[in-house]
Amino acid sequence: METEKPARRRETEDRRNEGIASGVEGFNERARRAVNDQQLHDSIELFTHKSVAGRNAVLNALPEAPELRERAYRIKQETMANLDRYLEQMADAVEARGGNVFFATDGEDAVRYIGDLAREKGAKVITKSKSMATEEIELNRRLEEDYSDLGLEIVETDLGEWIAQLAGDTPSHIVGPILHMNRKRITEVLSRTAGEELPPDVEALGSFARRRLREKFVTADIGITGANFGVAETGTVATITNEGNARLVTSVPPVHVVVMGIEKLVPRFTDLSVFVRLLARSGTGQKLTVYTNFITGPRGEGELDGAEEFHLILMDNGRSKLLGTEFEEALYCIRCGACLNVCPVYRQTGGHAYGSTYSGPIGAVITPLLKGQGEAKDLPHASSLCGACWEACPVGIPLHDLLLKLRNQQVEEGLAGKAQEIAFKGFESTMKRPVLYRISSRAGRLAQKPLKKDRPLPGPLGAWTGSRDLPPLAEKSFRELWKEGI
Amino acid sequence: MATAKETILWRIRHATRDVPEAESPEDVPVKRGYRTEDEATREEIVSRFAERTAEYEAEVHRVGHDELPRAIQQALKRRGVRRLVVPPYLPKDWIPDGVEAMRDAASPQLTKEELDESDGVLTGCALGIAQTGTIVLDAGRAQGRRALTLLPDYHLCVVREEQIVGLVPEAFARLEEMVKSEGRAVTFISGPSATSDIELNRVEGVHGPRTLEVLIVG
Ligand code: SF4
Repeated sequence: METEKPARRRETEDRRNEGIASGVEGFNERARRAVNDQQLHDSIELFTHKSVAGRNAVLNALPEAPELRERAYRIKQETMANLDRYLEQMADAVEARGGNVFFATDGEDAVRYIGDLAREKGAKVITKSKSMATEEIELNRRLEEDYSDLGLEIVETDLGEWIAQLAGDTPSHIVGPILHMNRKRITEVLSRTAGEELPPDVEALGSFARRRLREKFVTADIGITGANFGVAETGTVATITNEGNARLVTSVPPVHVVVMGIEKLVPRFTDLSVFVRLLARSGTGQKLTVYTNFITGPRGEGELDGAEEFHLILMDNGRSKLLGTEFEEALYCIRCGACLNVCPVYRQTGGHAYGSTYSGPIGAVITPLLKGQGEAKDLPHASSLCGACWEACPVGIPLHDLLLKLRNQQVEEGLAGKAQEIAFKGFESTMKRPVLYRISSRAGRLAQKPLKKDRPLPGPLGAWTGSRDLPPLAEKSFRELWKEGI
Repeated sequence: MATAKETILWRIRHATRDVPEAESPEDVPVKRGYRTEDEATREEIVSRFAERTAEYEAEVHRVGHDELPRAIQQALKRRGVRRLVVPPYLPKDWIPDGVEAMRDAASPQLTKEELDESDGVLTGCALGIAQTGTIVLDAGRAQGRRALTLLPDYHLCVVREEQIVGLVPEAFARLEEMVKSEGRAVTFISGPSATSDIELNRVEGVHGPRTLEVLIVG
């Protein structure tokens, strides 16, 4: 049987010139559907509980976790205040190694660069390693449509992303893209691709994926990855995976393209030691992820390893708008997913309800910021402002506070309609955790200016540990609330 | 017309214009409130490395210098490895008799298919990290290019005791100079390739080697 051609679902209208991909209106409606879906609910509970328990265990085992968190916040603060300098430094470092650097003002720019490169190389097969930045700009769909004459086969190689791609689905969690699918559904999707009935056994499914993806790895003309971090002083790009697919994507094809958001920079190589540990411990509850890769430019003279060509795309796509504003801290995010796992709203609705590439608290913050408030009015209300996200965040982003600010901004700009107000009252009345809420309003009074050396950190960073258990949900009232149709 | 680079940099400069011009990143004091050096004894560090690596279901053995060739031979025999991929500069006496060594070289390189069809790969490493049970490869001596340690299904890795550091920051400090001067690719490997995408069940070797075995020599 023919392999099913991967296709993205096109529920959303075409928003190619409007920042990140999403169908952001209608959170309310999607959320109501989601909370009535028992299977989805079970899947999310399983994932978030395990993730939070794992995270707590490994963070508790690391005595300096609070210091690392504070250090991470400070490094990001320093980076943003000097982002122009660091970007130039990184670009220079990559070019000095013989790599190519391209600045992309938006997704459109990035897609065009990659499409043109694929044409120039006569590429047929592109392998990709999981990357939120490319999800954000719907790279796959746009390449397939805008460059349809090239007949590109674009293959996601992270197992979860690949299954999502085969199912025509989008990721519902930054770290666990298909946590919303159970084994039965996954078996169906992979069986269809295999052209035969596969047993619903994880080992067998894994083996099938290994075989099928291997074929793609060895024939790929171009490998595309995101970047978890980029180092200004060395031009190094860090990609972090458990499967090893990023390592294959970056070492086997002759051309490696990195799509990196400009906020992913850190100044020094040694800063990575702070972030790789926080990301692994907060995201997946591991001491380090299985494969933590650092790539510095293309294969050098006399070197055995690496792609022959290395292209770094430094993408803005709305990010620079946040610099120097009260929302700048949203750029500190390292996409660990911890705030999703602890969020009482996310845990009820899952990621798709947000209708955006980025879901959960961080999604509710950055979607309207990157797309513009008029576009994602609902999302800042999809929160109980309980502060659990802020507490969990390994870089100390005061997410609940930023959400509150977004709401205020909506009121000031006359954007918040009655609908939003009524629909989301429920979150606050049933979910509020009074103590944290008080802390949060205190944090809200802190000056929100770009880097000042002595700027106080928001809230109890020093006291941060992984010891807190997942707060019990005010589940009943919440779900009933939705069912009652509020 | 402004290039995209100029546009982006202008946007950033405009947004951060209240940061004093004279202030350079170096002026902001770097406070590291975390440990940068492990104070444990060598033996503690080495046994912690052995322990933590084993936690990842990697097989770990500690052997003396003289015993190494024999330990390698036994490991390969246990796994039934016949065709063994080896990187350039791997010490000759590491390769046991009766094993077909497929030696990679700058040219001709082993093909992807050859790597894929081999039974395993034997390498050294750049560093070991005790805190996280991590093996660090940097494409240096006795390690070879990355594909060598990715496509074969079994990876036998030799770590010398003196290559083991205590903490993650120590590893970065040791690698810093090489990255700045040579810019070779670095990989931290903490356990065998794994995924948890299917109902959070751990499946090993979706992409990389399914089995990682470590020989600590000292
Ligand atoms: S906002 Fe913080 S907790 Fe949420 S994904 Fe980003 S880094 Fe992780």
